[in-house]
Amino acid sequence: MRQEVAEEQEISLKIPKKKKQSSLWWMYLPAVAAITLFVIYPFFNGLQITFTDWDGFSQSSNWVGFDQYARLFSDPLTLLIVRNTLLYGIGSTLLQLTVGLLYALLLNRSIKFKAMTRTIVYLPVIVSPLIMGYIWMFFFAYQGGALNDVLMLFGLDRINALGNPSLNPWIIVLVNTYQFVGVSMIIYLAGLQSIQRDYYEAADIDGATAFQQFKNITFPLLMPAITINVVLNLIGGLKLFDVIVSLTGGGPGNASQSMSTFMYTLYFRREDAGYAATQGILMTVIILLISLASLIYFKRKEVEA
Amino acid sequence: MSQNRLIKWLLTMLALIISALHIIPFYILLVMAFKVRGDFSSTWILPDYLTFSNFTEAWERANLLNAFTNTFIITVGAALLLIVFGSMAAYPLARVKSKLNQFVFFLFVAIMVIPPLAALVPLYNLVVRMGMINTHEIAILNNFASFLPLTIFLYSGFIRSTIPKELEEAARIDGAGVLTVFFRVVFPLLKPVTATVLIISSVFIWNDYQFAIFFLQDSSVHTLTVTLSSFFGENQSNLNLVAAAALMASLPMIILFLLLQKYFIAGLSAGSVKG
Repeated sequence: MRQEVAEEQEISLKIPKKKKQSSLWWMYLPAVAAITLFVIYPFFNGLQITFTDWDGFSQSSNWVGFDQYARLFSDPLTLLIVRNTLLYGIGSTLLQLTVGLLYALLLNRSIKFKAMTRTIVYLPVIVSPLIMGYIWMFFFAYQGGALNDVLMLFGLDRINALGNPSLNPWIIVLVNTYQFVGVSMIIYLAGLQSIQRDYYEAADIDGATAFQQFKNITFPLLMPAITINVVLNLIGGLKLFDVIVSLTGGGPGNASQSMSTFMYTLYFRREDAGYAATQGILMTVIILLISLASLIYFKRKEVEA
Repeated sequence: MSQNRLIKWLLTMLALIISALHIIPFYILLVMAFKVRGDFSSTWILPDYLTFSNFTEAWERANLLNAFTNTFIITVGAALLLIVFGSMAAYPLARVKSKLNQFVFFLFVAIMVIPPLAALVPLYNLVVRMGMINTHEIAILNNFASFLPLTIFLYSGFIRSTIPKELEEAARIDGAGVLTVFFRVVFPLLKPVTATVLIISSVFIWNDYQFAIFFLQDSSVHTLTVTLSSFFGENQSNLNLVAAAALMASLPMIILFLLLQKYFIAGLSAGSVKG
């Protein structure tokens, strides 16, 4: 009886196995259709648009060959905008990596108020970056801004932080860091909590100093967390959009414009869709190169560590 | 021993200073939202009166009810599509190792790196041609497509590592079809990832501005972020009103976060592990 059941099971097990040979492709058909229509097709269509002078709404456009790319490389604004984009990407990444790590090291200890501090540091993550930009604008505003109130209290001159073209890209970096340092902190904390205590106990016995322990145990074992933080912050910073719109509007002039905001301006304000699409291609190339390069670099470090 | 206690005390102080610094923007938002126009006292000082006039006025004039409704419909719609079609797509990709499936999985991962904004110009063009500009549907579909790769990545990782194959095989023996097995047996076990997907996609779609500003230009379909940016444009001389609107727009997510903090932090850090 028992044998019969076993045999039966064997037989019926074989039938679904044959079925399994099929890829069950119909299950991901809706998903593939969605990304084909909304991501892949527009991406290649975008490549096509870069070879035209399309204004964004007309039925017709002219084929202009590589003119838009020539414009891209001769436009003096390109340098400024790429520089800003890199500043937002790399600047925020460096700040979040270090500040996030310091916060995580502090809040991984058994001190009072650590849960509250974590919550407060993390809170801005869930607020819309657009709104975050407005809030910081209240802080930095020349007239009645919170910062200038403090400066005046100490008898100092007011500063027009957001109207200063050499200062405000840095303020954008600062605000972006403030908003997302909580993510870096949490990823580091998860990394710290996965390190076994034995390592530290052994190091204690060997008489290693706290700094030596950090350098030789904590830091190498945090490498996976660092990799994630680098890639995540780079991608986030390089495509920064919302916070720039609300904080400076890309101004004064184009001083704080990023590739994302410039693309928007080109398309909607200047009816220059062909050129906007070309900016989009440049942005994709920059993000791909930088994030892949850093991913490969840090993955290699992880293996060494 | 006493030195240790001193260090601990100093570190606790440091934590409090960090908390204080990080709460400043929220404090200023709160003070501004409660101060009436014409009150020129410093934004550091709380008003000595209590009035909700900014909130009621901003609610009316910015048409926030409309914005909340639109944002809610879009967020829920996209999150539901992500959960149903994302988990369904992840299942064969995690379970059946055919050449086609491996290619499709690679495709989804590769797309994760492309910034959605890069294709925005042609996407806008496509949406106009489809006649779907200024509709909830297009906002839902766009957000759905842009979070799909991450969703599939999370679901397939979870299915591969934690769902035992034997379970599905046993169900199949009973003659149940693939889809029935999936939704009856596998899907209920995916709850932890479903929670992660729900939280990540809700936060980002609720706060989305990049897509919304392109595709939802008519005021009847404005989401919270778009409503706020145009309300700011109209009320640059009365920022207290803008502050009240900004506070109201952020409040639902803040409350959800404070209530479900554990899940938010776990979910958002799980979602960020896509490198």
